[in-house]
Amino acid sequence: MKLRPAAFAPVPILFAAPAHAAGTAAGEPINWPAIAMFAAFIALTLAITRWAARRTRTASDFYTAGGSITGFQNGLAIAGDYMSAASFLGISAQIFADGYDGLIYSIGFLVGWPIILFLMAERLRNLGHYTFADVASFRFAQPPVRSFAALSTLSVVLFYLIAQMVGAGQLIRLLFGMPYSYAVVIVGVMMTLYVLFGGMIATTWVQIIKAVLLLGCATFMALAVLAQFGFSPEALFARAVQVKTDLAAATGLGAAEAAERGRSIMGPGNFIRDPISAISFGMALMFGTAGLPHILMRFFTVPNARQARISVLWATGWIGYFYILTFIIGFGAIALVATDPGFLDPAGGLRGGGNMAAVHLADAIGGNLFLGFVSAVAFATILAVVAGLTLAGASAVSHDVYATVLRKGAADQADELRVSRRTVLVLATIAVLLGILFEKTNVAFMVSLAFALAASGNFPVLILSLLWKGCTTRGVVAGGTAGVVLALVLTILSPAIWVNIVGQEAAIFPYSSPAIFSMPIAFFTIWLVSLLDRSPRAEIDRAGYLHQRIRAETGIGATEASRH
Amino acid sequence: MTETDGPHAARYDAILADSRYQRLVQRRGRFTWLLTILMLAVYFGYVLLIAFDKAALARPIGSGFTSIGIPIGIGVILFAIVLTGLYVRRANREFDPLVRALQDEGKA
Repeated sequence: MKLRPAAFAPVPILFAAPAHAAGTAAGEPINWPAIAMFAAFIALTLAITRWAARRTRTASDFYTAGGSITGFQNGLAIAGDYMSAASFLGISAQIFADGYDGLIYSIGFLVGWPIILFLMAERLRNLGHYTFADVASFRFAQPPVRSFAALSTLSVVLFYLIAQMVGAGQLIRLLFGMPYSYAVVIVGVMMTLYVLFGGMIATTWVQIIKAVLLLGCATFMALAVLAQFGFSPEALFARAVQVKTDLAAATGLGAAEAAERGRSIMGPGNFIRDPISAISFGMALMFGTAGLPHILMRFFTVPNARQARISVLWATGWIGYFYILTFIIGFGAIALVATDPGFLDPAGGLRGGGNMAAVHLADAIGGNLFLGFVSAVAFATILAVVAGLTLAGASAVSHDVYATVLRKGAADQADELRVSRRTVLVLATIAVLLGILFEKTNVAFMVSLAFALAASGNFPVLILSLLWKGCTTRGVVAGGTAGVVLALVLTILSPAIWVNIVGQEAAIFPYSSPAIFSMPIAFFTIWLVSLLDRSPRAEIDRAGYLHQRIRAETGIGATEASRH
Repeated sequence: MTETDGPHAARYDAILADSRYQRLVQRRGRFTWLLTILMLAVYFGYVLLIAFDKAALARPIGSGFTSIGIPIGIGVILFAIVLTGLYVRRANREFDPLVRALQDEGKA
């Protein structure tokens, strides 16, 4: 089984993990300690939800935890959203297979954060209440911009959600031998419970606890790996190269060629085929982060701009630390797992698929109990991420479409909450159905599409509406839509779908990520349409900039507004 | 949502004319763009290196196995964290007092 997805795309490893491991569940022994840990973890998170449900009274509580989360807590929650089971299992698996390449992903995922901090975080906090559309539509005509934002949010959320559902389902099947569709339904029910009753308070606290556990697990694993090599990374790398060389030699390669193969894990491999794809991929990862609705929403859970800023510092620190640990864990897996027959199937591959590298390493380090713990944390991670995504999607429907567009701001809170909760049920049902339908799909591709869509729609719209006076309603709607649609079309025409799924000979769009084209097109369209916009509304849009800017810079007017 | 004619309009005009506001916007603007450009340059420099010269990153340090790409990659991660820290430090020390002064002005 080859780990690397056929198509190069942002986040190939994200959830490539379970996806590629599919079909190996049969015959896996049922892991009782793992099941016990899962049960304990689920009980804990449900208790949190119960606690949070009592504190969720207003719409503000439901969407954004009433703005009561501190910067430090929010930093952990953001890190939790980001350190998904996918980055944990996926990146360590990518390193297990190809070495250095895994680090390239980690870096791409991290560098979006400083950009969010410098250009967006504080402005978001000062301008918005519940959704990023509050900010994107601040000085524009509400219905068109909100409608665009809701559509774009729902498409990003949906692709992301399917990927998580499929990933979770396959992880459970892998560990418990449970049928796939049962596993997906269980995930759907769990996430509905969290969101429906606990809202953002429960979602945030589940995320925080999970982040702490995951950081603890990863720290312990990395230290245990380093301890085996006298805390010398050089010794660890030397051993990993030796293992890869021996493995290559065992396939019948000559000594020189095997040595070269072994050495190759210390540098970038060939998973980035051409320069255009490399740059496009880099853009999607960096700027996509700054357009993910469930991430942007987290900035409304803190009381003010100062806490928003502090939360990004904590998040960046934790995420960066976590990725450095993952690097050590991946190399540790090469050194300690790859040659141990206990972890290998008869064909010489990893039991349960190459993507279980970190899970096997947990076994190698801490035995069955630690393995159960790591698996339970990985599962909790998916649940928490899915809950955050669902909440973002539900807010887009209830707050942006229902309350603002349909009811013109006249809906009362109870109505809005009711719509939101119904949307959660609908989204969960759709996600479960699609999750079952897309069982065999390369889920990595779904996540990469979500990042590319966010980088091509939400990101240009937010940046230009925040920073450019001349930006108008028409410009935002035209440019944002152009970016999202182009990203979608180019992805369909790219090798990942056009060749691998549609089955054509050659891809019409030869590169693996659309961002290098769709993102500039979005910026250009917003600019051009705004420039040519002579409508009366455009006058209002431009005139509103100065006051928007004062509020974005100082927060004056924001505190009063958030107490409505 | 725009408050062109809202209750805050008069206050906004006063803020616009305030030299502290101008200082805040100018200094913070210059600082954030500088940091943004630094981050973009470092990250896309790294991406371009991967795109055009993979061998450069694969070169071992000295006679060992650790490649030069490892400290460079970890360096990009640390660089991102340090930039974030620099911004937060300066914003907490220098920008927040300005913002607070402007906010208090209106309440008085």
